[in-house]
Amino acid sequence: MAVGPRALEATGLAQPGRLARVREWWEQEQVFGYGLILPALVLIVGLVAYPFGMAIYFSLSDYWVGSPGSFVGLQNFRDVVANEIFQRTVYNSFVFTAIAVVLKAVLGVWLAMLLFRNFKLKRLIRGAVLLPWVIPTALSTLAWWWMFDSLYSVVNWTGIRLGLIAPPGPNWLGMPGYAMTAVITVNVWRGLPFFAITVLAGLVSIPREYYEAAEVDGASSWGRFRFVTLPLLKPVLAVVILFSTILTFADFNIVQILTRGGPVNTTHLFATLAYQIGLQGGNLGQGAAVSLFLFPMLAAVVFLQLRYIRRD
Amino acid sequence: MIVGVRSRASKVRSLLYGYTSIVPFVAFAVFPFYYMVITSLKKDTELYNLKAVPFLIQTGVITDHYHFLFFKTEFWTWMKNSLIISVTATSISLVIAILAGYSLARLRFPGVSSFGTAVFITYLVPPTLLFLPLSQVVVWLGISDTIWALIVTYPTFLVPFSTWLLMGYFRTIPREVEECALVDGASRMQTLTRIVLPMAIPGIVCVTLFGFTLTWNEFTYALTFVSQTANKTAVVGVTADLIRGDIYYWGALMAGAVVASLPIVVIYVWFLDYYVSGLTAGAVKG
Repeated sequence: MAVGPRALEATGLAQPGRLARVREWWEQEQVFGYGLILPALVLIVGLVAYPFGMAIYFSLSDYWVGSPGSFVGLQNFRDVVANEIFQRTVYNSFVFTAIAVVLKAVLGVWLAMLLFRNFKLKRLIRGAVLLPWVIPTALSTLAWWWMFDSLYSVVNWTGIRLGLIAPPGPNWLGMPGYAMTAVITVNVWRGLPFFAITVLAGLVSIPREYYEAAEVDGASSWGRFRFVTLPLLKPVLAVVILFSTILTFADFNIVQILTRGGPVNTTHLFATLAYQIGLQGGNLGQGAAVSLFLFPMLAAVVFLQLRYIRRD
Repeated sequence: MIVGVRSRASKVRSLLYGYTSIVPFVAFAVFPFYYMVITSLKKDTELYNLKAVPFLIQTGVITDHYHFLFFKTEFWTWMKNSLIISVTATSISLVIAILAGYSLARLRFPGVSSFGTAVFITYLVPPTLLFLPLSQVVVWLGISDTIWALIVTYPTFLVPFSTWLLMGYFRTIPREVEECALVDGASRMQTLTRIVLPMAIPGIVCVTLFGFTLTWNEFTYALTFVSQTANKTAVVGVTADLIRGDIYYWGALMAGAVVASLPIVVIYVWFLDYYVSGLTAGAVKG
C-alpha cells in the first residue's frame, strides 16, 4: 500500500526540503505503524514487563521495603512452600476458584437463557442483573460485610425467621467453612453478570432453524439444550471460563475486605497473602515469591486462549 | 383446536416458569444495594436493635449519616481525587490505545502480529501479580503516596483492554474509505483523525465508559500505593478510613458506599446499551 508518497507527489506539495523528507519518511506504512504503537509499547515494557522482571528479581533476593538485599537463590520459594499458611492458601485458592467458577458458569447459563426470553420490562431486568458488575466491588463488598455481621446479620435474621437457621445463627466471617462460603457467594454475585451477558450474546447468535429442526426431530426442551444450545455455546463459554478463572484465582478485593484471609487463614488467596507478607510485613522478597505463584495459572490461561484465538 | 389450547396452556406455564425463576436472580443482584441504601437512612437505635425488621425503616428516615459523611470526613476530597484520577488516566489511555489499536488493526509492518499478542497477554495479566514491584517503581519515580501514582499505573490495565476493544471496531471500518482519503492527498495521521475516528465513535464511547468505570472502581493499586488520607480515592477512603477501631459506623459507611457509587450508577443508567455491547465484545475483565 505505497500510496502515501505518491499521493503527496500528486498534490504537488512535496518539495525536496528536509521537512518534506521527514514527512515522506513518516508516511511510510512501516514507520507510521511503529510510530503509533510506540507509546503503548513503552508503557507495556516499562510498567508491565519490567515490573514482572523485578518481581522475579525480588523473589530471588532478600529484599525488604527500603533495603535492597542480596541474592539468595530459591530460598524465598523454599521458605514459602514450607510455610503452613502458604500451603493452606494454595488449597484455599483452588477450592475458591473451582467452586466459584463452576457456580458462575452454571448459574450464568441459566440466567442467560432466562434473559433470552421475552419479558415485560426486559431492559429494566437486564439493567438490574448487570448492576453488581458495574458498582465498585469494594463498596458493594462493604454491604455484604454488613449483611454477614456477627451480631446483626440480615442473612441470619431471615434464616432464623424462615426456620432455616438455628438461633443465634453462624458468625459467617468468623468461622472457617462459613467464611469461605461467604467469600465465594460474594464472588459469584459479582461475576455472574459477566457470564450471563456474554452467554446471552452467544445465545442470540444461534440460528433459530436449529431449534426448529430439533423440534421436528422430536427433541425435548432438555434435548434441545443438551444437543443444540450447549455445543453451540461452547466457544463463548470456553473464553468466558478461562477469563474468569484467572481473575477469580487472582482475586483480592473481596477477601481483603471481608476476612483479610481469616479466620485462621482459611480464606487467604495468593494476592491477599502476598499483600500481607510483602507490604504489611515488608518482606518484598517473599511477597513477590507468593504472588509469582499466580503466574503458572496465568500462563496456562494465556496458552489456551491464544490457541483458541488462532484456531478461529 | 386442541393443539391451540394445549399450546396456550404450555405458553402460560412457560411464562410462569420464566417469571418465577428470574425474580430470585434479580433479588439476589439488587438486594445488597437496597440494603446499603436503607442502612444509610436508618437511626442507629434501629440499626442496632435485634428486634427490628432489617428490611424496613420503621422509626423514620434520617440524614444524619450523610451529614456526618459530608462534614466530618474528607469524603469530598476523596471524590475529587477519584474524579481527577479517572478522567486523566482514562484520557491518556484512550489516546495511546487509539494509536496502537489503529496500527495493529490496519497497518502492515514486520512484527505486527507479535505486538497484537503482547497486548493480549498484557490484557490477561491480573493487577495482583504486579502490585509489589509496581509499589517500588512508584517510589523510585518519586510519586509514591500521591494521586500521580495511580494516574501513571492505571494505564497498565486500561491500555491493553482499550487497544483490544478498539482493534475490533477499527477492523469493521471498510478499508476503501481510508484508501480514498490517502489517494486524495490526506496524510496518514489526517486519515486517522478525520476519517477513521469519526466512524469509530461508538467504540471510543465504549472504551471511555469502561475506562472511567474501571479506574473509579479500582481498589488494589489505590489501597497499596496511597496511604495519606488526603490523597485517597473515594473507594479506598470509604473502605479504609471510615472504619475506626472496632466501632463501625455502619450508617456512615453505607452512606459513603451509596454516594461513591452514584457517579457510576448515573453513567450506567444513561449508557446501559454501551455497557452491554462492550461486555459482549468479550473483552472485559469481570
